[in-house]
Order: sequence, then structure tokens, then C-alpha cells
Amino acid sequence: MNKSPISTAVQRVDSHGKTSGETRYLADYYYPDMLYARCVRSTRSRARILAVRVPELPEGYYYVDHRDIPEGGENCVAMINRDWRAFAADLTSFYGETIGMLVGPDRSRILQIMDSIEVEYEDLEPAVNIDEALALKGGPIHGSDNLFAEINLTKGDPDAAFARAARVVEGTFESGAQEHVYLEPQALCGTFEDGKLTIHASTQCPFYIRHSVAEALGWAAEDVRVRQTVTGGGFGGKEHYPDVLAVPLAVATLKIGKPIQLVLPREEDLEVTSKRHPSRITLRTALDSDGRILGMQLDTIIDAGAYESSSRVVLQRAVFTGIGVYDIPSVRAHGRAVATNTVPADAFRGFGAPQGLFAIEMHMSQIAQELGVDEDEFRRRYFVRRNSATITNGHVPEDVKLNELLERVKQLSDYDRKRRSYARGGGRGIALAFVQHGSGFTGSGERDIIKARVRLRRTEDDVIEVCASNVEIGQGVDTTFRKIVADVMEIPYTEVQLLNTNTDLTPDSGPTCASRSVGVVGYLLQEGARKLKARANEPGPIEVEQEYRQPPEIRWDAETLQGDAYPSFGWGVTCIEVQTDPVTLEAGVTGIWAAFDIGRAIDELVIQGQIDGGIVQGLGYAQIEKLESSNGRFQQITMADYVIPTSLDYPAINSCLVDNPYPYGPSGAKGAGEVVFDGAAPAFTLALQHAFDLPLRRIPVTPEYILEVKKHARNPVHA
Amino acid sequence: MREIRFTLNGREVSTSAHPMARLIDVLRDEFRMTGVKEGCGEGECGACSILKDGRIVNSCILAVGMIEGAVLETPEGIAATDRGRAINAGYAEAGAVQCGFCMTGMAVATEALLRQNPAPDEHQIRTAISGNLCRCTGYAMIVDGIKRAAIKGSGLW
Repeated sequence: MNKSPISTAVQRVDSHGKTSGETRYLADYYYPDMLYARCVRSTRSRARILAVRVPELPEGYYYVDHRDIPEGGENCVAMINRDWRAFAADLTSFYGETIGMLVGPDRSRILQIMDSIEVEYEDLEPAVNIDEALALKGGPIHGSDNLFAEINLTKGDPDAAFARAARVVEGTFESGAQEHVYLEPQALCGTFEDGKLTIHASTQCPFYIRHSVAEALGWAAEDVRVRQTVTGGGFGGKEHYPDVLAVPLAVATLKIGKPIQLVLPREEDLEVTSKRHPSRITLRTALDSDGRILGMQLDTIIDAGAYESSSRVVLQRAVFTGIGVYDIPSVRAHGRAVATNTVPADAFRGFGAPQGLFAIEMHMSQIAQELGVDEDEFRRRYFVRRNSATITNGHVPEDVKLNELLERVKQLSDYDRKRRSYARGGGRGIALAFVQHGSGFTGSGERDIIKARVRLRRTEDDVIEVCASNVEIGQGVDTTFRKIVADVMEIPYTEVQLLNTNTDLTPDSGPTCASRSVGVVGYLLQEGARKLKARANEPGPIEVEQEYRQPPEIRWDAETLQGDAYPSFGWGVTCIEVQTDPVTLEAGVTGIWAAFDIGRAIDELVIQGQIDGGIVQGLGYAQIEKLESSNGRFQQITMADYVIPTSLDYPAINSCLVDNPYPYGPSGAKGAGEVVFDGAAPAFTLALQHAFDLPLRRIPVTPEYILEVKKHARNPVHA
Repeated sequence: MREIRFTLNGREVSTSAHPMARLIDVLRDEFRMTGVKEGCGEGECGACSILKDGRIVNSCILAVGMIEGAVLETPEGIAATDRGRAINAGYAEAGAVQCGFCMTGMAVATEALLRQNPAPDEHQIRTAISGNLCRCTGYAMIVDGIKRAAIKGSGLW
């Protein structure tokens, strides 16, 4: 790549302490008089709660539930909506919902007492999957139709396209739930510090917690302090979910007045925390007699679980990303986020895009196969370009370097030769996936909802302090933020101090998610640093603030969902090579190559870490991370059952970057954390399709699923 | 109750914890060895790795009654040695650390490997850390960090 000096890797500021054990995570803080908490949880997917019988508690033990919410408060976890209850009171809507919290000094004693708490239920008929929910089994869970959100979009003239079609190709593609498995489980501690209620949390979004706690207590936001502790991974799982734990914990802390630690045991974390939305996406494509695409219909359904959480926005991203990197002249899209009596699904790296991209990549290849043309060349022909119209009738605002990315990946992987020499169905396979990922919040979310603000200070002692609320969760932001400011100030990055873990000290620059920390907030830091630098000659301390401003050419109508859904995009080409076993139908990944346009890397090693980790997590999603639900309960709730990739599962990744500086990103950087994930699942599944010569339609692609498809293929029906 | 005696990072210590108490809890709560992390509590993730008589074990599935007379080394103990510093430097140079929650266990696995094999190849490294799960890195940069550690600490193992 054309290396800019800022891209040159530096040593991460957090490396030493995390390796030596000096760095403390939430569970490593022992406060005097600290108590421990466990959640009493529902064991029904849908039921009335008739009574909760708590035995007489020994001294120093407390049971906390909805009745302890102070007057003026509300039994809710305020996120985008307020439907998620802090404590299930008379109704429970999913297995594992919090009913109460048991608090006391001895953890094993708490477990004993938990066993003797009895909950009396009157069972109701649950709707535990998309079909049952759409059929309103047991009556609606949400509203009158079980839809948390519905989207209808039209681009061009899809009716005319389908009326003219010489041929229509249709496919339905499904993806499963995925658990984040951040290595540090959910962990929070409630305390009073200087008389102020303080929630310490392993979290991506300290201000989200502050908001939900304050709303539930009926307090002003400023009356709650949230401190982020060093966070052992998030991937979206610590975006909103910590709110769900923080509210009951805050109620307990307020009632008891002592420090209370709540750390989820892994089994509980696997069973009750939010997952990636399962999806079912049907694509229909109208083709003319020459095999050219006239138009497409998209029907996207995501399983949102029992409460809304972020599902509305996840659905938006799934649909807005639903035609991938392709310029399709006419499109009709219908999207639904469906309420089911299951654990609410929420953010997970990619946020709807991986589901949409898996479906469109599989479908485009399906069309090519049915037409008997080359899958890659067919897809390449429809690549979007600068100013191409998007599915929301906005435009692609930047140079699209997909062809360059493709060439780079082909060179790295020796793709053309391998693709030719691996006979279809011959046991070896290699395939490509093309992806895009909008950086930052959807639509005008950055301007109208987040309104990010950062502060920079030069102190009396000439130290540069940076205040933002985007936090280190492993992705390297503590290092990259320092680098961005240091680069402007022309000082070593180690001389920049970062304050980002305490809501009393930092302005709200928004959550740590959506590939926005570097691309959006990093730009504010760069511009703020420029202001600070311009005033360098002034004596004494200086403070500057920088607020988000939407790039001028962006147009968005939040009501109609029309316009530019994202101000910039990351782009990627991922290539996966597999070797399969004809007897066991197992697949081994033998090669991984990828190229990305993320604007410009702030730090090459940090980005390599994102690429490597993102692709391996994506391969886990595609291949081994099976999370099945039976009657509304997850079947894999230990790490022996829910397996994530080990060091032996996937080979090292050979990747490269193509520079394409973005004018509103720091040093040209765009978001990188999610686009790196998106391509693995479709590339892997397409490679398997090539190796087995079977039409694969869902992930994870387990040997059992391949066997099922193989049996079906003996009596082939038109897919 | 009888005291259970063992060696912890070179120091003779004892505990009066119940013999069935989990070793991880005793190390963390009593001896404040918080570099020993609990990631799963079922012996799957390796975040609680320590060395017991030179062999890597998961301290979350050991009862403290089983360590009478044993020599234990935690991440803190290893980090304080020249070898530990070489591991740390190798990781830092390779950019091996992201969220860090698995890294103390990884460092223990690295120490265990390099004691047996001071110049491991890629496959030997991947095998040695296959009991230590990492969700951030995809492992390649940790593998690189271990290679660098072996070079930086050449002669120490």
C-alpha cells in the first residue's frame, strides 16, 4: 500500500499491563464490604408470573425486584425503545429474563438460596421462531403484528422489471444466531463514590448505561456516574446488554448501599445475553433474455427476540446492505424485525450487514450458476461506482476501488489458476466475496441522535488531554486516538493522555460501535487538535471542543429512509480456500486472503488485528458456531458445546490494504471494525459450494447440513 | 481445618480454604493473583492458566486440596522474570494484544511451551496455545508474538 506515516505501527499503550496481569478488569477490584449478586431468572419462554416465593433470608442477604424501583422511576431498560423491563413483574417473555436479584456476601451461599426461591407461573403459548411469530401463535408479543420494525423501499421500477423479465431466479438464505464470546463475561459493579451512585462496567457505551439507569430511577442523567473498566472484548455484546444488568444492579445498590459486584458466569452469559439476529432472506431477481439483471426483490426477516433493543436499526442495516456492492437498477425491499419469545437479539459486529451480505453474495452466485456464466465476472459487472444510486436512492459518495481490491486478492491467492484447476465438486474449493460496510450510524443518526462532542485540553503542565467516550475494548482505540491527536500536534503519541472512562469527566462522543470510533470521532479529535495547535502560542491552559457536523453533501430523510444511508463505506474482498473430506463432509480452510479499502490505516498492526480477528470470527459464524434454539431455549450453553475457533482451526491470513483517503476521516481513515468480518461467511460458503457442487443456503454450514443438501440433491429440484 | 501448603511464585504459602474450593478462587480472592482470569469456569478457555509443577493447568477446574506441596507459577510470577519480560516484549512488538483478557493465560502457555521447546515452529506454537481461546486476534499475531519472544529470550529457556 501507499503508506502514510501515520499508518506505521507503534506499540499499543495497553500491551504490557494486559500481558503481565497488572491491568485490572472489573472482577479484579475488591471493595471493602463488597457484596455479590446473582440474577433470579425466568424458566419459561412465555408465562404469567403468579408469585415469587423467597425464603426468609439470612442476615446480610437481600432480594431485589421491581418493587424496589424508587418512586418516580420506571420498570424499564431505556434503550431506543423502553419495552425491555428491568425486572419481569407479572409476565415473562423469554427464558432467562431477569425477575429479581439476590445479593449477599458469600457466593456459594447465594447459590444455595437461589435454589430455594420458587416462582409460580401460568404458562402461555410461546412463539419461539419467525414462522410462529408471524402466525401470531399465542397472540401477539408486540403490538398487533409482532413487528418491531418494518421497512419498505423502492428503487427504480421493480414492477416493470419483473413484468419484462424473461426469467426469474429465486433463493432463500438463512443464518443462525451467534454469540459474541467476549473472553471477559458481562461484569458490572455498583458503588457509591463521593455519595454518587456509580456503575463500574465492562462496556462499550458508558453513556448508554448512564441513560438507562437514570431513566429507570427517574433521576437526571448527571446524578449517575458510569466508569468503564478495562473491557475484555465486546463485539457489540457490550453495547446495550450491560444496560440490562446495570438497571437491576443500580436498584440493588440504591437499596442496600454497599458495593455490589455482578459478574455473569459463562454459562449464564451464553444462555441469557443477546446474540446476533438469526435471519431469513429471500431474493428474487428478474433477468432479461440476455441474462442481464433488470430488477430484484428482497424480503428480509430478522428474529429480534422478545424486546426491541437495537433491532430496528439492525434491520435497517440488513436491508440497506441487502444488495451488497451491486448497482441493481430496480429494487423492491421489504424488511421485518419479528418479535419472538426468545432472548432479545442485539448488536454484533456487522449489525445486520453480515446477514444481508451473505444472502446477496450467495444469490448473485446462484444467478450466475443458473445462467452458466462465471460467478466472479457476473458479480464484477454490477459493482457500484462513485455516484451509483443506492437502495435508498442516495449515492455512493466515493471512489469505489473494488476492482483494485479484487486484483490484489487474486494476486495474493493465485486465484485464477486455482479456481480453474479445482474441478467443481472435486473436493477443493476457492471463492470470493465482495462486501461493503457503511461507517457510522445509519442515516442522520450521527447528527440527530448521537451529536458527538469531544474535548481537548492543554493543561498547566503542558500535557495534552483528550476527552471522548469511545472506549478501548480491544480494538486499539486508546492507541489510535492518541496517534490521531499526536500526529496533528507533532508530538509523540505517548505524550497524549486519554480520558474516556468516566461519564463525569468526558463529553458524550457516542457509543463504541458501528465502525464509528476512528472514522467519525477520530475526525473530531483531529479537527479539535488542529484548533488546539492553532492556539499553541497562548499562555496557560487551553481547552477546545469539537462537535459533529454532517458532511455537507449528505442528504437523508429519516421518515422515508431515503437518501444517503451512510456517509462513507469500507470495502472488502475476501477469498477463502477449502479442502473437504468426501466421507465425513468436513471442511478445512487451507487459505485466507483479503484486501480492504478502509480509507487509510491509522495503525497497520491495529488494522491487521482487526482483519485477522474479524475474518476468523466470521469463519466461526459460517462454519462452527452452531447455536440452536429449541422451544425458546438455546441448546449450546457451555463453551464445550458452543465452540469458537481455536489456534488450530484456521491458517494465518494474508491481507493488504488499498489507500483511498476519506476527506472527513482522520488522515483519511474510515471505519474498519466490521467490514473485515462481513466477507468470511459468503466466501467460505461459496468455496464449499464449489468443492461439493451443492447449493448451500444457510450458515453455519455443518457437515450435517451438507449431508442434508446432498441427500436432497440426489433428487434435484430447481432451487 | 488443616492448612494446605504450596509454593506460589517461589514463596512458601499456605491456605486454610476448604479443600474443595476452586484453586482459581483461592489464587484470586486470597492471594490477589488477579492475572488469573475466569473466562469460562469449565476448563475450556484457558484464561485461568497457571503452571503447576511446570505443567500448564486450568486453575478453574482444580480443587485447592489437590495442590498440597505443589509449585505454582501464576502470570504475575512469570511476568517478573527475564523470560516473562521477553514474552511481554515479543507480544508488544507483534501487536498480539487486543482486549487482553486471554493474554495472561497465553503468556503462561508460551512459558510452558518455550521451556519444553525453545525454538518452536508455527504448528508447535499453534498446538501449544490451542487450549487458550482468544476471540479478538484470530491467533496469528499471537503466534508471531511467541516467535518473537523465543528470539528475544533466546538462551533463557
